[in-house]
Amino acid sequence: MKQNDAIVNDARKSSEQCTVALDQLDFKTLLIKLGGSWILKNKRPSNHTIREKLTAQAEIAHIVFDTTAVVQWDSGLLTFLSGILDQSFQQGITVDRTGLPEGAQKLLELTKAGSEKKEDQKGAHPASFLFRLGLTTVNLFRSAGDVLAFIGEAFTALFNFFRGKARFRRCDMIRVIQDCGVEALPIVSLISLLVGLILAFVGAVQLMMFGAQIYVANLVGIAMVRVMAAVMTGIIMAGRTGAAFAAQLGTMQVNEEIDAFKTMGISPMEFLVLPRMLGLTLMMPLLCLYADLMGLLGGLIVAVGMLDLNIMEYYHQTRSAVGLSDLLIGLIQSTVFGILIALAGCLRGIQCGRSASAVGDAATSAVVTGIVSIIVATAIITVITHVMGI
Amino acid sequence: MIDKKPAIAAKDLEIAYGNVVIQRDLNFTVNSGEIFVLMGGSGCGKTTVMRCLTGLKAPAKGQVYLGSVSVWEADQKTKDQLAHKIGIVYQSGALWSSMTLAENVELPLGEFTDLKPDEIRELASLKLALVGLSGFEDYFPSEISGGMKKRAGVARALALDPDFLFFDEPSAGLDPITSSRLDDLILELRDSLGTTMVLVTHELPSIFAVADSCIYLDAQTHTMIAAGDPRRLRDECENPKVRAFLTRGEKK
Repeated sequence: MKQNDAIVNDARKSSEQCTVALDQLDFKTLLIKLGGSWILKNKRPSNHTIREKLTAQAEIAHIVFDTTAVVQWDSGLLTFLSGILDQSFQQGITVDRTGLPEGAQKLLELTKAGSEKKEDQKGAHPASFLFRLGLTTVNLFRSAGDVLAFIGEAFTALFNFFRGKARFRRCDMIRVIQDCGVEALPIVSLISLLVGLILAFVGAVQLMMFGAQIYVANLVGIAMVRVMAAVMTGIIMAGRTGAAFAAQLGTMQVNEEIDAFKTMGISPMEFLVLPRMLGLTLMMPLLCLYADLMGLLGGLIVAVGMLDLNIMEYYHQTRSAVGLSDLLIGLIQSTVFGILIALAGCLRGIQCGRSASAVGDAATSAVVTGIVSIIVATAIITVITHVMGI
Repeated sequence: MIDKKPAIAAKDLEIAYGNVVIQRDLNFTVNSGEIFVLMGGSGCGKTTVMRCLTGLKAPAKGQVYLGSVSVWEADQKTKDQLAHKIGIVYQSGALWSSMTLAENVELPLGEFTDLKPDEIRELASLKLALVGLSGFEDYFPSEISGGMKKRAGVARALALDPDFLFFDEPSAGLDPITSSRLDDLILELRDSLGTTMVLVTHELPSIFAVADSCIYLDAQTHTMIAAGDPRRLRDECENPKVRAFLTRGEKK
């Protein structure tokens, strides 16, 4: 029985257009005739009609191809054929590929070789909700353990440093000090000056209603010296230096430099983390002190320019309002922030994966961890100083 | 299989970084469907020559022709069209690490064809299957081995069915079996698609397995000192450097 029953393409006469025709050579054999240019640029017919036919006519047991009218082909032909071949395989229909272009036959063989690997290599089933929940919980505990282990190792390295037994290059620490200190001054200057200005301006508007402009000096002095200078410097350094630490160590992780340290018996904690932690922790109080001065200068600009106070009035009022304890609390906070930012940056860098995107993730994570720890530490220190009455 | 029509040609090519000449007086032709190898010792400028052929590094002098187009004299529109006919497999694979393997292959298809998303997905799966990575569509580059990265790089380079395929050190860092499989893949793709291929390598087993012809770039004289079938060069070339290179310096 020969039956010519389906022509799929509209423009079958054109040699440039893709054409598909189905002939049933006998009861069990389907002939698929292809013609035209089967290239991706051309509009190609879908293979759904043929696949539906294969499903509907269960008696078809054999498929043959005639591609003598195919002028040109590329991956466009292969995608068309692969769907038909997949379905034939599933239905147990034998396919005679000898009628296909020689190159296409070879490529389809290659894709078949790839598909065989699929069974061996994939094999993983989608995880259930409970499995994923359990896995997340276990990972959470593991990562908390990793953080604690990292902190422990960092402080062991610090202890070794004080015993004079830590192994690291002093020039690395000097470079970190330069990067965290002098090179951070411009951004710290700008932000602190503006924060002082903003505090003074907002305070002045309220205080002027009571004729108490002079207390702008108290507001700016206490806020900057006690909290704001340390917090703002911490946030700047978390974004600037913490991210840089994570990116540096993350890149070293990607390049297997950290593994090289480990295999040579050099502790990455001492060689990489310690100089960064020491450098930043030493520089943070100095930056904070500098930020205090810049913040006070911002307040002074508003006081002199907007409230008609003179410089000496502002200076004396600030001296009477700000105590040494305020200054010390600010400096202690900034030291704590320095340790936290360095730990967060180095931790995320050391934990970094082995790809370029993992380095970006590590830097982002270092900034987030750094800022969150700064805010939490500020809250804790504020409560402690309140309880202690200072 | 090899059509004797010239597909790639270099005419009096000179490549330099500033005043430092890397290679000069390069003249060679690659026929359509041929596998051509740029070989030479480390640091002789093989990769730089390949970058020049692919339009990534401008030559100091001379011309490069891909088909009938002069790569460095063509206008921007022609260059853009030419870029779609070139596939490059980089030494490290250079897969985009934030994308899955399927997305790596899908990106050029999405950008430069009018195919529908489901067709693009199907085509990407097909390309990955061609290189033996069926089932790895949703894996990220960081989750697969070095050999698989190279093959995924081949799948991405094949995305737009290029006329010219360039490989930079395809066997570097691979074990002999994986390297041999990659060589087989290169041959099978050439035989099936008729793509003209240029390989930069100094791996002798790969050179003898796949190359139809080659040139030897010398680091001392900064020019090519031999050209032809690598097997003939090994047996007949009179230049001791080339013989030593192709026989790993073994004495008869």
